[in-house]
Amino acid sequence: MSDAYAASERVPLRLRLSRRGIDGVTLLIVPSVLFVLALFIYPFLYGLALSFAPKEGGWLANYQKFFADPFYYDTIWKTLRLAVPVTIINVLLSIPIALRVRLMRHQRVLTTILVLPITLGTVLVADGLLTYLGPRGWLNRLVLDSGFSESPVHLVHNYWGVVLALVVSIFPFTFLLTLSSLTGIDPSLEGAASTLGATPRARFRYIVLPLLAPGLAINFCLSFVQAFSVFPSAVLLGDPAGTTRVISIAAYTAAFEQYDYSLASAIAMIMGLTQLAIVAGLLSSRGLFYRGSAAAAKG
Amino acid sequence: MASVSRDFRRLRLDRVSREFGALHALREVSLEVERGEFIALLGPSGCGKTTALNCLAGLLPLTGGGIWLDNARIDRLKPEARGFGMVFQNYALFPHMSVRRNVGFGLRMQKRGRAEIAEKVEAALALVRLGDQGDKLPGQLSGGQQQRVAIARAIVIEPPLVLMDEPLSNLDAKLRLEMRAEIRRIHDQVGSTTIYVTHDQDEAVSLADRVVVMRGGTVRQVGPPAELYARPAHADVAEFMGYRNLLPTRVLSSDAGTARIAIGDAELIGTVIETLPGEAALAAIRPDDLVPRADGTLAATVAAVEYRGRGFFGAARTAAGTELFFRSDARVEPGEALLLGADRNRVLIYAGAA
Repeated sequence: MSDAYAASERVPLRLRLSRRGIDGVTLLIVPSVLFVLALFIYPFLYGLALSFAPKEGGWLANYQKFFADPFYYDTIWKTLRLAVPVTIINVLLSIPIALRVRLMRHQRVLTTILVLPITLGTVLVADGLLTYLGPRGWLNRLVLDSGFSESPVHLVHNYWGVVLALVVSIFPFTFLLTLSSLTGIDPSLEGAASTLGATPRARFRYIVLPLLAPGLAINFCLSFVQAFSVFPSAVLLGDPAGTTRVISIAAYTAAFEQYDYSLASAIAMIMGLTQLAIVAGLLSSRGLFYRGSAAAAKG
Repeated sequence: MASVSRDFRRLRLDRVSREFGALHALREVSLEVERGEFIALLGPSGCGKTTALNCLAGLLPLTGGGIWLDNARIDRLKPEARGFGMVFQNYALFPHMSVRRNVGFGLRMQKRGRAEIAEKVEAALALVRLGDQGDKLPGQLSGGQQQRVAIARAIVIEPPLVLMDEPLSNLDAKLRLEMRAEIRRIHDQVGSTTIYVTHDQDEAVSLADRVVVMRGGTVRQVGPPAELYARPAHADVAEFMGYRNLLPTRVLSSDAGTARIAIGDAELIGTVIETLPGEAALAAIRPDDLVPRADGTLAATVAAVEYRGRGFFGAARTAAGTELFFRSDARVEPGEALLLGADRNRVLIYAGAA
């Protein structure tokens, strides 16, 4: 103890800190730490505490209420029923498109076009889809005029409207992630496989897919989280009182229609835990994949 | 899958061309390769040698000409239908598969039986002396070991043709010499036909039965290593084969394959390789052959000397400022005046720039 004290007296504090990698540059993270503390950690903990302080009943009353009433707990299922298929569609759709785009010369142009919906925002996309897919939209006029169907196709104000809106607004994000995982795979690996007799299908199955899988798992998680927190599309394009009464709508109504912030906080916590459980489950399965570099191995 | 015949007699490239936009990477390259030969494609970077290899493997379509295996035209077949084994410059080992699975990949694609695959993979690993490394991932191996895995993977399918793209360029000097011997041993042991791309003339000369020297997308010369070494057909081939002294000269007189030439004030007798259209010519002499001697005619002052074990190699300058690279068995010092000369059959005369 006295030895350690003597040693610390001999070496200046600044030097001791810099040995541990703490120096002036470290101060640059202070703003972001403050930001995260003020805008994420504090509200999160505040909400957590609030959820255990219900208007009436014991400290778990909000959670008991949520899981006792199908009006509440059904929202988890309804949200999953939207988010899981949408994420699967997006991930599956992004693979062939990314495979093709990777080989193109004007990759940038196409990527920009595909990514454009991100810049539009959910509300604008929802508005556009409402007009386009609505009963009097172009699509239905085409369907009716061409005689494919007697009655208009119902694609808005129901489950399918939300699915379409989510696919349109999240796909660019999923696609970019898939493309970047894919471009990390050295093309000479496929060349080598083809000289060894692998057909395009075999090359995809034995070379591309295994190397892409870890990236796809992360991609799935990130896209899923976005779809799970759907709110504007579910309200604007869906059936917010029925099939698309997602969990964020339940939280919203609790907070701003019933003015029960405590219940709303509890719903938000449940929403977060559900997402976390699914993401954790997926990422733990990543241990099954090869996770090293996808470049051609070189010593 | 329709695969090409293993028992071919001759591979023929017939005026093979490949353009990338305006760039002619290959211009009408014609070449015949006999079964069992070891051919080296040699040339500086950008000469088209790797393009030629990729065209052979089927990774690049041709823009002109054809490739024939005996009487079968193969240049329109996809790479997986050709079944040529290829060793890539970066090895292109599958990073997620064990060494054994990497080597067995080609056999698996051919839907061979499990027992047969296991047996052949073990034999191939033994051949490249990696019998005990089969369960490792490529990333756990050294560069030389990875290189041998790449060779094993290419030859285990017993391909009619083994293509190698500068396989030794990523290895250090000692390993490169070892692997050079290994590659030739494996070629002889398997009895394969090998086409080997390199920019290293030592490698080409020591490995190949015949060397194809390429430049600017064309074949400049094809011949056994000794012939290329002693009698390069063109001045640029000579330069590439280590004739460091390429001296502009005037032809004074010539008869019966020899010529008297002037380099500055000095006169030299040399062997005429290319028909000489006029007076202007290039004399090519290896540093090894240009030595100080009693009958030497090139007076020069030593500028720098390097001791290289089997002798002294140096640079000297003539009064006119021409730089000469020479060899000397005796020690020479910078500043020393020498009279340099070479045997007449080691002075090669090419038609050249004035």
